[in-house]
Amino acid sequence: MSLKLIAASAIAITAVASAASARDQVQVAGSSTVLPYASIVAEAFGENFDFPTPVVESGGSSAGLKRFCEGLGENTIDIANASRAIREKEIKACAEAGVTDIVEVRFGYDGIVFASDINGNSFEFTPVDWYKALTAQHFVDGALVENTLTTWDQVNPAFAAQEIQAFIPGTKHGTREVFEEKVILQGCEDGGYFDAMVASGMDEDTAEETCMSIRTDGRSVDIDGDYTETLARIDADSNGIGVFGLAFYENNTDKLQVATMNGVVPTVEAIATGEYPVSRPLYFYIKEAHIGVIPGLKEYASFFVSDDIAGGEGPLAAYGLVADPELAETQGVVDAAGN
Amino acid sequence: MSDATPQAPRKSSSLLSVDTQTQKRNSAENRFKNYGLIAVMAGLLALVILLTSILNNGLSSFQQSFVTIEVELPEAKLDKSGTRDLTVMSKVTTFGYAPLLTAAMQAVIEENGVEIEGLTKKEIGGFVSKDSAAQLRDFVLANPEVVGTTQSFTFLANGRIDGYYKGRVTAASAELDKNVSPAQLQLADALLDAGVLTNGFNTGFFTKGDASGQRPEAAGLGVAILGSLYMMIVVLCLALPIGVAASIYLEEFAAKNRFTDLIEVNIANLAAVPSIVFGILGLAIFINFAGLPQSAPIVGGLVLTLMTLPTIIIATRASLKSVPPSIRQAALGIGASKMQSVFHHVLPLAAPGILTGTIIGLAQALGETAPLLLIGMVAFVKEFPGAPPEGFFDPASALPVQVFNWTQRSDPAFVERASGAIIVLLVFLILMNAIAVLLRRRFERRW
Repeated sequence: MSLKLIAASAIAITAVASAASARDQVQVAGSSTVLPYASIVAEAFGENFDFPTPVVESGGSSAGLKRFCEGLGENTIDIANASRAIREKEIKACAEAGVTDIVEVRFGYDGIVFASDINGNSFEFTPVDWYKALTAQHFVDGALVENTLTTWDQVNPAFAAQEIQAFIPGTKHGTREVFEEKVILQGCEDGGYFDAMVASGMDEDTAEETCMSIRTDGRSVDIDGDYTETLARIDADSNGIGVFGLAFYENNTDKLQVATMNGVVPTVEAIATGEYPVSRPLYFYIKEAHIGVIPGLKEYASFFVSDDIAGGEGPLAAYGLVADPELAETQGVVDAAGN
Repeated sequence: MSDATPQAPRKSSSLLSVDTQTQKRNSAENRFKNYGLIAVMAGLLALVILLTSILNNGLSSFQQSFVTIEVELPEAKLDKSGTRDLTVMSKVTTFGYAPLLTAAMQAVIEENGVEIEGLTKKEIGGFVSKDSAAQLRDFVLANPEVVGTTQSFTFLANGRIDGYYKGRVTAASAELDKNVSPAQLQLADALLDAGVLTNGFNTGFFTKGDASGQRPEAAGLGVAILGSLYMMIVVLCLALPIGVAASIYLEEFAAKNRFTDLIEVNIANLAAVPSIVFGILGLAIFINFAGLPQSAPIVGGLVLTLMTLPTIIIATRASLKSVPPSIRQAALGIGASKMQSVFHHVLPLAAPGILTGTIIGLAQALGETAPLLLIGMVAFVKEFPGAPPEGFFDPASALPVQVFNWTQRSDPAFVERASGAIIVLLVFLILMNAIAVLLRRRFERRW
């Protein structure tokens, strides 16, 4: 009977569906890092154009790109937000579903910062410190030994004797990938541990993997939720040091203090010049076949990358986005799309 | 009992002194009562803690700071052509309107003789919500004749200024905060004295749509309330007739055999299926197969219908069962057909129970988020859906989804909004459950 019910309702739906009108608003999904920026743009777009406000979903870069690659048509999304570049595998999946023309738009950079409780100790980190504190196994005298460091002064005598307690993004986040590559692996290489491993006869891939494996004894906690969860963890444990996006930190400067990396304070300017090392580009991907079919799609994309919005003085920069110095080039890419 | 069994000599007992066995039984009973009381207290304590924390965080979201200022609307800026042609005038974006607000704020500061050291132009402009420029533009485009005049407007104050009057922002935290300065707080106090800044009831919380992370003060529940309402309408219109029809058939007409047993087990099973499963089903059937739009209340309603159906069927069958067979037999005995006996006698008597079950099912559906995740309703939706029936196909949000969304935003003002949304959701749930209890009390008959 339950099956019959489902079948009956499905038939009813199909009958109604044919009566449903064409979609007239842009549908966006993807990275939760890009979501606040995309919603600011969507809001301003709805205010200033005659098109309806686009609907923006989050759910992560990978989930967004997966839905993007489901195919063409009104009940698929038009734009995928991503905090990393699209992968070869995803392009292939897209092509198989008929999504062949994808326009990649890089609209700015996002800084990744290390912040702790405002009343706690201050830190001046280098990637090597983070590698030493969080890697699963240290490479000492040609052998791998378990990481047993428990306080920050054991990592670097310059630091206070504070318990090591890190809150890092979980593996489903794009941020985790950047953290591993630009901080942990970088620290492993800077400290000469990587070379030592290779010299001892380990092949490069294994050495890289060993470098990037994070300890699992509770000193480092994966946060699968959002930055609000990381903030709540630090509120509860003042020893905690969390990984945040720059924009999130900028909105909570009364609760958090930020650590420097290689002596550079993370600011929009320092990230733009590349002085602050831990940053990554943010993208959105447009389905070219939908341009001209979904009203407002191209206008939304051009509005997103316009100087008024994504430029250094725009609302996105005010929120914490690092403007792309090559924005003019991006604008050209968007303008050429769908012609 | 036979006489042969030797009886143990009973201890002499008196009515005045309690023997040990009775004492034991009495203390066991007392202990049990205390355990029960402790269990109830633990439940109540959890409820009290939950409610106080939500009320503490959320009640302030029903209050809001407003700024009332006179804004000059110069023709040179808003309509260079001077023709009042809307297509030309709409070329001026909200970025073009923002300087007018800054100028108006500066004027009002001078007018009231407020002097604050270190107050920059940017801080003056940032005193009102970023939503104001859009409000101004909408007003001008709706009434082009006002260009060239000066009009009085009531704008929302910036979220941090608003937070100052709710205790979330203090002079000390403003010192460290990049988004507000102590000078702005001084300005707020001065404008409050001058009567420019007022604190009042936040009607916008119920009438506005969602807002982006930069303007928490403008975020409202309007779209979410409407979206939830639409979904409940869909659920009610589909789940009630289907559920009642299925129950009547199963209870009154179907033969009791292995097949109906199997259905019964399946319905009970469906009631316990995690709600996210219905979301997966909804995505596969309603969106990918039937081609319904994403983020639409119709799909949400359909998914929640599937989720609510077992609840309604189980409740309806229980209340049909509780109607005594004598009523059916009496109806059949005076010549009514089976259908007549069901529709004229059994169903009306079971109706209060059915309605109670339906309302409880609806309340359950109202608070559900998980299945909506997969059908695209957990999204930033600013625009209101249209009037039904087309509105069922427009994107909308839902109350629990709005709570989920707001708790993820970086601005601390959204914590307050989220708690406020929880209060609204709780009020709706309490209302629905109260109606269910009332119906049961008034109409339920016991045999």
